[in-house]
Order: sequence, then structure tokens, then C-alpha cells
Amino acid sequence: MSVIYIVLPLAILLAGGFVLGFLWAVRRGQFDDLRTPPVRALFDDDEERKPQQ
Amino acid sequence: MVANASMGSVRAGRSNRADVACAHCGLRVPPGLVDEHEAAQYCCHGCETAAVLIRQCGLEKYYAIRDQAASGTAVSPAGGTSKRYSEFDDPTFQSLYVRDAGDGLRRVELLLEGVHCSACVWLVEKLPALADGVIESRLDLGRGLLMVVWDPARVTLSRAARTLDSLGYPPHPARESSARQVRRQADRKALARLGVAGACAGNVMLLGLALYAGLFDVMEPEYRQLFRWLSMGISVVSLVWPGSVFFRGALASLRARTLNLDLPIAMGLGIGAVWGVVNTIRGTGEIYFDSLSVLVFALLVGRFIQQRQQRSTTDAVELMFSMTPASARVVDGEDVREVPTQAVEVGQVVEVRAGDSVPVDGVVVRGSSSVDQSLLTGESIPVRMGVGDRVTAGAVNVSSVLRVRVDATGESTRVAALMRLVREGSLRRAPIVQAADRLAGTFVIVMLALAGVTVAAWWRVSPSVAIDHAAALLIVTCPCGLGLATPLAMTVALGRAARGGILIKSSAALERLAQPGTIFLDKTGTLTQGRLGLIRWLGDEGTLSLAAALERCSSHPIARAFQKAGATDEGEPFDVRESLETTGRGIRGVVNGEQVVVGSPEFVRRSLPRALRTNECSAWEKALTAEGLTPVFVSVAGRVVAAGGFGDPIREESRATVSRLAEMGWRVGVLSGDHQEIATRVGSQVGIAEDSVRGGLSPEQKLEAVHEELRRGPVVMVGDGVNDAAALAAASVGIAVHGGAEASLAAADVYLGRPDFGQIAMVLDAARKTMFVIHRNLAVSLAYNVLAAALCVTGYINPLLAAVLMPASSLTVVSLSFRTRAFEKRQPGPRSSGGEPCQ
Repeated sequence: MSVIYIVLPLAILLAGGFVLGFLWAVRRGQFDDLRTPPVRALFDDDEERKPQQ
Repeated sequence: MVANASMGSVRAGRSNRADVACAHCGLRVPPGLVDEHEAAQYCCHGCETAAVLIRQCGLEKYYAIRDQAASGTAVSPAGGTSKRYSEFDDPTFQSLYVRDAGDGLRRVELLLEGVHCSACVWLVEKLPALADGVIESRLDLGRGLLMVVWDPARVTLSRAARTLDSLGYPPHPARESSARQVRRQADRKALARLGVAGACAGNVMLLGLALYAGLFDVMEPEYRQLFRWLSMGISVVSLVWPGSVFFRGALASLRARTLNLDLPIAMGLGIGAVWGVVNTIRGTGEIYFDSLSVLVFALLVGRFIQQRQQRSTTDAVELMFSMTPASARVVDGEDVREVPTQAVEVGQVVEVRAGDSVPVDGVVVRGSSSVDQSLLTGESIPVRMGVGDRVTAGAVNVSSVLRVRVDATGESTRVAALMRLVREGSLRRAPIVQAADRLAGTFVIVMLALAGVTVAAWWRVSPSVAIDHAAALLIVTCPCGLGLATPLAMTVALGRAARGGILIKSSAALERLAQPGTIFLDKTGTLTQGRLGLIRWLGDEGTLSLAAALERCSSHPIARAFQKAGATDEGEPFDVRESLETTGRGIRGVVNGEQVVVGSPEFVRRSLPRALRTNECSAWEKALTAEGLTPVFVSVAGRVVAAGGFGDPIREESRATVSRLAEMGWRVGVLSGDHQEIATRVGSQVGIAEDSVRGGLSPEQKLEAVHEELRRGPVVMVGDGVNDAAALAAASVGIAVHGGAEASLAAADVYLGRPDFGQIAMVLDAARKTMFVIHRNLAVSLAYNVLAAALCVTGYINPLLAAVLMPASSLTVVSLSFRTRAFEKRQPGPRSSGGEPCQ
């Protein structure tokens, strides 16, 4: 029994996990709008720092 | 004669006048509005409202973010429309657009005008801070789509809408939200398919690599079998899930008896899969699973890019479509209520304020005003309307309040009837078959014939080898490059066009534009600017800015033209008092202490008790009327000093573009709703022969003219209004120009997003180049297929060679597509516009 019988299914399982993650993200609509979120991320950071000053 | 001592007080703040920039939008503040006592100056009331609101809520950071984000996008003044938006609270509206968000909250999707940068996102998403009771506000910058969740117990939607409006982002209800939902689901599905196909292709390729390595080295049969079984498992997932698109497409094409490229693709995939499975179970022979799964992925990528391109075009059109009036002001006894247009009934009376669009067809029952009907008639100059006159939905009330008794609403209005013509026109037009699809039929037959030849030739050697070679043939010649050739070249061209402000709705339109035929141009708004402008000024030059200052108090189109013409002067600061407008006739007032009257010759003459009807004046009037211009007189202190001729100015680039079109082999004609005389004059000014200019046409006649010409060959129609919409839809290709009516956008295949008529020549040129690229792509991928077929028939093919050949053809096609020169700013050739500075 070679190690390949364990490693190969493991690798495929891992790949399958990533595919499932991707599908979950697509269903949640995370790829619907690709222009606004990168812009939005920048504001929130600034906003939280401000009150601390 | 104007400048005199009485101006002293106004001149006090003059020293830094030129430097005063609006604190909100940064444009120059008109001298008359500069107030030295204030720290911040504003160019208009809209900007002031927006800025005060922003400051009150402690959101000054907006300006900092905007300055960072400023990437050359022109900031426009916050043009709050001061609408009340009370229709947003109406039950009809709410049942149409608003959905429940749970916990007693409500949710609505709004399309916003004027969002263009990250600062807009920031500000709009701060709506909960600006309007108490708004829970969440999320903007999709690409589409201008805002999702608002609010608590109806604490705030009304109309209040939130007014806040957005006063910030300079007028909201419109996003119509057809269910259609958008369906589209969103389809997009997500396409992306999911793409992801799965990519993952499968990658993993099968890894396994394939091991198998290919085994070809040259020794590989124990046990592991070889394992790798083959795994390849098969993953490929089956790829073929059954993402790959099912091609099988379904092929079935549909068989059922509809119109061959498309899906058929040979499905054939290659199907036969490859079956043979691969048989060979895997037999434990011998070739499997092509790596090629098959990469094929599925590559083809899906092509399709995905194409779909995305079409979506972005639809989104842009949708935003403009939503700007038609969604509300009407219904008169109910003493009250005036704002209700959604859908809720208006025949027999009711609606009020239309100056500057609003008429929401219904009807008869004026009170008031008189100028009405701009260019949407329907193409007539560029507003028409005077009084009690008893008929107005139609979509016309714009220019000068004063009208009350209209409703005769027809919604689907039964004249505009809606025209829109039906438009829809019918676009349905009648035969769908163009794309170049690759035209090849599909021949392709299938040739492939099957070749496969038959292969089997026959190798049968004597061994039946199994014969089938092996035939299967290889069908897989290897699967038209991957061919499938990518058209969409990629088109997508590159459409993408470049979109960046230049040109929306092309279908790639078929671009294809039809490549061959010269007849091109019909509308006059108003296409060859001309489509709005009133000062064309000629007779008499005292200095009084122009004086008149412009007085006209600043009016919203009449002539007044706006005056303001535009007068603003180019670095005008003196004027002190305007006691201005009084007589609707549609003229305006009088005291400017810098002198009585100034501006208006129609009749109005100005009457205003002067001791009117000096000098010959000069009559001569002016005659000269201007002879040129087809509307004369406007200016009198200062009881003496007529100047006359202006107003008309629809011809666009600067029209003449050059028309001659460029003729050079490219197009027959250029004009179809206009305006009088024959005016149309002919404009035609001669831009270099179009008199016999190809037709004026005085109704929308129906324009449609007829297009149909007539269609019998002779392809027709391109260029227009901007509802009056061309039917003709736009009926023509082989309809091109709508900037600033046109929404209807023309819906009907047209191409929309020019910039006020530059010269873009037409660019589109036609780019269409030709794109078609060249497509033909080159098709030739390249066919050459690959011929080579591969030859290798298969002669038996020289093996899976490794196939795995190399197939992506090579696709890659060549991809790289050739991206090298297309279409829609590049600098166009090569002797007619280059490269020397001009970039706008």
C-alpha cells in the first residue's frame, strides 16, 4: 500500500474544500459588486481611528 | 455706457473675485453670489444646501476623501432638484418597490444619479447619520444602485430621499427589480460554473502531468490506473455540471434547427467523454480527460467575459431609463398630492411645475407656458401652450405652472404607443448569425466526414485503433479557438468602446457596422447641439453680459442660452433688481441702476413708451429671421441697443465627420422632424447634398423612410429622441447620441456617451477593424484544426500532442484579440486625429 493512496484523496478533498468555499462565497453574493467594497474598506479604518485621537 | 458710478458698492469685493471657488464643488462662484461676510462661498443654492448638511452632521471628511480620490473626474455642482418625493410614501409606490426587511423594517433599492467616486460611496453610506431612522445604506458604485433599510416608525422614505437629493444624488426607484434579481442569479450561476470548471481543469491537468511523465519513464500499471480513474472522476464532474451548458445549447440548436457552435463542441466533449470512460474501464487506450476539462474551462471563460460585457451595458441603460418621471402631482380640490405615475387616473387634473416633465397625455386646463416637445417632435424650440392645448407625456414644461386634465396614462400615451413600435421594430429585425456560428454547420459535416474516413482507413489495421483515432480527431478539432475567436475580439472592442463612453449593446451591431451602407442622421441634437444657443449678436457687444445678468433670474431656454453666452465674458459684477418675467415673451429689470428689457422684438417695442422704431431694429429682425433664427432684442434705458439671434447651433465636428463618413463609403442622408427649409440649411452647412435631406417628417414617416432604404441595403440611423426611436429600432443599426431621450437608448444598438458627433466615425472605423480581427482569429483557429485533423487521420496524434495543440490555438487567438487596434484614441492613417490634444 503506497502513501499515494492516502495523499491523493487528501489533496482532492482539500481542493474540493476550496471549491465549496468558493461556491459559498458566490451564493452569498460576494462577487456581485467588485468596485465598491475595496473602496469601502478604506473608510472604515479611518473612522475608527479618529475617536481615539 | 453701462459702467457707471452707481456700481461702487458692488465692486468692493472685487479684488479676489476671480479666485473664489465654490466650497462644495470647486467651480468658480459667479461674482453676483460672492458674499464677503461668509467664510465659505457657494456657486449655487444646491451646493450650499449640500455643504451645510454635510457640515451639520460632522461629515466634513467627505471633502478630504474626495480630494484624495479625485482622478480627473469632473465634480459637478450638487444640483438638488428640491422635489418633495412624497410619492415615495404612497402605498402604490411602496407596494411596487418596497420589500419587508424583517423586524418592522423596510427595504428599497434606489438608483442614484451622480455617484462616481469613492467619496460618494462614503457620503451616501453615511445616510443613517444624516437621516435618523435609516438603518442601513449600501451603495453599488458600478451600477449606482443603493439599498436602503429604514424603520418606517422613525422616518419616512421621502425624507431619506430628500436628504439624498440635497446631497446632490437624486434618487429614482429601481424598476424591474425582479428582472434584476433573475439576472443576478444567472450571473452567480455562471461564476460558480466557471470556478468549478477551473478547479476541475487544474486538478485533471496535474494528474495528466503525472501520466505524461509516465509515458517516458516507467509507471507501474497500478498507479497509472489510479490516476486514470481519478482523472475520469474529476472530468465527469466538470462535464456534467459546468459542461452541461454546451450539451443543452446543442440540444436547443438541434430543436430550433439552427446550427451553432455548441453542436460541434458538445459532439467533441460527448464522444471524448464516452471513449475516455470506455478506455479507463478497459484499462488501455488513450484518455483525453485533461484536454476535455481544459476545453470546458476555456470555453466558459470566453462566455463569461462576453456575458459580463453585456451586463455592464444593460446596467448603464437601466440607470438612464429610471430617470423618466415616476411621480405626478395630482390636484385634489385645494390640495396637490404627489403620487406615483401609475396611480394617476384618466379625468384627474395634474399639476406640472416649471422644469418638470409632463407625466401624462392631456389637455391644459389652467396656465400657459412654453413646452419643450423635442422628445416627440424633434422640434428644438419650445412651443407656447395655453388652455385647451394638448400636451403629451414626456414633454418638458419650461417656464410656468400648468394644470393638465388627464386623457391617457401609462401604456395608452402617445409615447407608449411609439415605444410599442420600437419594440416591434427590434423584434422584426432578423437576428444576425455570428460568423463562427455560420461555420458551425459546415464544421460538423466536415468533422464527421473526416472521422468516417479515419475509421475506414484504419479499420483494416485494427478496429480499436480506428475508433481511437476517430475519437481523437473529434476531440482535438473541437472548436475551442473558434468559440473564443468572436467573443474575445468583440469583448475587447466593446470594452474599449465603453471606456471611451460608447455603449454598444450587442456584438452583432458592431458586425453590421463594418460594411458601409446608408447612414441617416437626425438633425436636432445630432448634427446640431439640440438646444438653444446664441448664434449671432448684432449691435453693442458690451450689452451681452448685461442681458445675461438679467436673464440669470429666468429659467427659460433663451435665458439659459444667454447665461451661457454671457458667462464667457469675465463679466462685471452686476446689481440686478426688480426683475419681472413675462412668460415666453421677455424679462425686464433694473441692472446697475438702468432699466433693461430683454425679449421678443414685440415685447421690447411695447415696453418702451417712446419706442424708437429705428430702421436698424427692423433690419436686425429681418436679417435674423431670414437666417432662421429667433430674434431677441435688448433695450437699455429706453433704447434698443442690440439684438441676438438664437437657434440650434451646429456641432463643431459635424462637418468634418460627415465628410469622413462619405470618405469611408457611406451614403449620408438627413431625416428631420424640423421644417424642410431649416433641415436643408443645416444640411448644406455640414456638406450634405440637398436631395438627401428630408425635413418635416413625423416619427412614422421616418420609420417608413428607413424601411424603404432597407430594401436597398443596410441602414444606420443616428438620432436622439422618441421621434426617432421607431426608426432607430427598425434600422440595421440604431445609434443614439448623447443627451438623447431614454426611448432612443432603449431602441438603439449603440449609444454615444459624449457630446461628440465625431464618435460615429470612430465607431464605424472600429467596427471594420474588429471584424478584421475576428476573421483573422477564425482563420488561425481553423488552420490549427486542419493541422490537428491531418495528424489524427494519419495516426500521428497522441494525448500529449493534443494537450499541447489545443491550448496553443486558444492562446494564439487570445493574444491576437487583445492586440486589436479598434477604439484606440490615436488612429493610424493619413486622417489621423492623433495630433489633437486628448480631451
